[in-house]
Amino acid sequence: MPKHTINPNQWIDLYSDYLFNFTISRVNDREKAKDLVQDTFFAGLKSMKNFKGEASERTWLISILKRKIIDHYRKINSNKGKAEVRVEFNTEDDEGSWLEKRVADTDYRTAEDEIVNNELGDAIYDCLSKLPEKQATVFRMKTIEGLETETICNDLNITASNLWVIIHRARTSMAACMEKNWF
Amino acid sequence: MKHKSFLFISCDEAKHICDKAQYHEATSWETFKLKLRYVWCRITRAYVNKNIKLTETIKKANVSCLNQSEKQVLRKNLQNELKNQQ
Repeated sequence: MPKHTINPNQWIDLYSDYLFNFTISRVNDREKAKDLVQDTFFAGLKSMKNFKGEASERTWLISILKRKIIDHYRKINSNKGKAEVRVEFNTEDDEGSWLEKRVADTDYRTAEDEIVNNELGDAIYDCLSKLPEKQATVFRMKTIEGLETETICNDLNITASNLWVIIHRARTSMAACMEKNWF
Repeated sequence: MKHKSFLFISCDEAKHICDKAQYHEATSWETFKLKLRYVWCRITRAYVNKNIKLTETIKKANVSCLNQSEKQVLRKNLQNELKNQQ
């Protein structure tokens, strides 16, 4: 009997953020990342019958996504590593002239930093996926999206004091989970 | 009813202010009262330190997520695809 079952109706709620974060840290393009996540879900639907239940749904979706990311890089023949070309408009002395200069990437990080950062992101989403749905939603909107309290309260139809109670519970659980898995 | 102190706050109140402070939503007066309690309350100190560590970790990870409307679009597309498959 398979250990894991598959339920596409829950994919968005359970895995979209995790997959999106996984993708954006590898392709650095929000629109492309969204497309790749969607392609992954579609490919998952197509090959649902092949799911044996030996791995978890998330592991299975990640393996599809990894293939999609590789395909993406094959398609664009990997432009990564080329110097960033920045075009800027100088408004002071040189009014009206366009400057093009080659600059080092200001967000330069070593490969090791990148790996640690990706793992940290994975650990955060792991912990987030363990929270009750409402707590996860509020925490994500407030902490990751950085939305205003009022906006969240209006969107979710909750009071501000209710929001802070939810945030407190979510933060306590997140801190405990991160303590166990990361710190 | 318990009298609410002007200067000294309860542990729960301190935690609430600390949560708000993580999002820069605590007032200066609230922050002052939290700092005062932080000096002598071991539980508050532990909570504040843990909370700050969590904030810094999330900031460091620079995580991204889909917003509600993006999720809605994704959900709709997935539902359509699911219907087409059936």
